[in-house]
Amino acid sequence: MDRSFARDQISRRLVLIGAAGVATGFVTIRKVAAQAVHPGAHVEWLNKLVGGKKATPGKVKLHIPEIAENGNTVPMTVSVDNPMTAAAYVKAIHVVTDNNPQPQVASFYLSPANGKAEIQTRIRLAETMHVIAYAELSDGSVWSDQAEAKVTIGGCGG
Amino acid sequence: MAIARVRLPPNIKKGDVVEVKTLVTHPMESGQRKDANGQIIPRKILNKFVCAYNGREVFRAELWPAISANPFITFFLVAGDSGSLKFTWTDDDGSTIEHSEEIHVA
Repeated sequence: MDRSFARDQISRRLVLIGAAGVATGFVTIRKVAAQAVHPGAHVEWLNKLVGGKKATPGKVKLHIPEIAENGNTVPMTVSVDNPMTAAAYVKAIHVVTDNNPQPQVASFYLSPANGKAEIQTRIRLAETMHVIAYAELSDGSVWSDQAEAKVTIGGCGG
Repeated sequence: MAIARVRLPPNIKKGDVVEVKTLVTHPMESGQRKDANGQIIPRKILNKFVCAYNGREVFRAELWPAISANPFITFFLVAGDSGSLKFTWTDDDGSTIEHSEEIHVA
């Protein structure tokens, strides 16, 4: 097969893939736009959960892929670098987003019985946004981390 | 009928901190989607998840529509005595999905 034939093949295939990508992207974006996002709703929710305490960045590690191909199922891990003993442990991990129709994602309640403060799940992101995790410790302090996920094809909203 | 699956690591010894992987089939209808003729499909999700180890609650989660369909949740657990882990997912409609998994601790 001489080189020109291969080049045609490749360019034709690229055109097809590109067209398919655009088509699916367009359809999903139109469907998700319906629900308005209330900016700052996530901050209000977090304040309610932790009684208005200020969160200090640190101890918490929130991991989500930088680019999420499919907003319907984005893997997320939250771990807290903190002992899990009766004297000092992570009581709760709260996760919110700043650009989904609803800010809440989940709240996880832990105790020394867990031995390690790390959870993993899969979440929906309607479009590019920040995901924020708060961790409440048994001494009452609150720590946080946040990460941005760029979403190419939106999930059907939170 | 919903299917629940739990994965525990093999040969667990007392005191090990083991990762508990859980999966349950559920559409997690977020209330954001529309059906063929543009009507919003009402929200219907699993909003609570609890794990009890030999009868004592060791993990609880409150879930919201942002959790993906067929929720996959993992957490960690200190291995104590052999026995059973009971998992309960609660649906918006009040019904529950229950699953129990034996834990063998050497």
